[in-house]
Amino acid sequence: MAVIQTEEFPIRSSEDIVVIRRVIREWSIASGFSLVEQTKLVTAASELARNTLQHGGGGMARVEKLNGPRCGVRIEFRDQGPGIANLEQALSDGFTTGGGLGLGLGGARRLSNEFDLKSAPGEGTTVTIARWK
Amino acid sequence: MERIPILKMGDCLLVTIQMDMHDRIALALQDDLTTRVSTTGARGVLIDISALEVVDSFIGRMLSNIASMTRLLDARTVVVGMRPAVAITLVELGLSLPEVQTALNVETGMELITGAAFGGAGSNGRHSD
Repeated sequence: MAVIQTEEFPIRSSEDIVVIRRVIREWSIASGFSLVEQTKLVTAASELARNTLQHGGGGMARVEKLNGPRCGVRIEFRDQGPGIANLEQALSDGFTTGGGLGLGLGGARRLSNEFDLKSAPGEGTTVTIARWK
Repeated sequence: MERIPILKMGDCLLVTIQMDMHDRIALALQDDLTTRVSTTGARGVLIDISALEVVDSFIGRMLSNIASMTRLLDARTVVVGMRPAVAITLVELGLSLPEVQTALNVETGMELITGAAFGGAGSNGRHSD
């Protein structure tokens, strides 16, 4: 699996979430994703970018275009926020600490082909998702 | 901050979301629509989302909130024009928006609203004549 393009985007405001949606749409199209695949990845990215902003106090998204046996897009969301103590609880639908619907993490996992969550209290949170063509 | 325009037609309010809204614009629309329903006495709100390529949980919650708030003010909200890819993604995300009434296009959405104003249409998106 070769990374053929990498770009980083800041997540500091709700406008930045719109930028990330647009970027992921462009990269998904460039990777040959179907309309439904594009929409799923863009929606997952939107949920995770909002988590980074609201729970992590802002952070970065690193987007990678992957080539190799399969084409795909991988996105890593990283923040230096308070972190998550109970990962299993955070992934369950309906659990929220932010007044939202509690669908962000679990929903993003369902909308992605790969999902990885790394977090510990005081150490920030890193969520990585990927979708393949 | 830019805002989404709200048009008034008879006793109905019309909103066409033409751009990818950031969260604060979505919240402003929620407040603006609820206020306008109250000041105009509108009986229906039609929200056209056919230009929206993505509806995430935040926008989904906004649509659901608008439906609930306007219902408390005696107005019916109908969301029209959802793209199939958006519907597929929303359900997989875990958001089926049971409280939001939908119609496939503006025409059937208006029928639902005007039918309701005369005490006609049923409570789901496809009433029978």
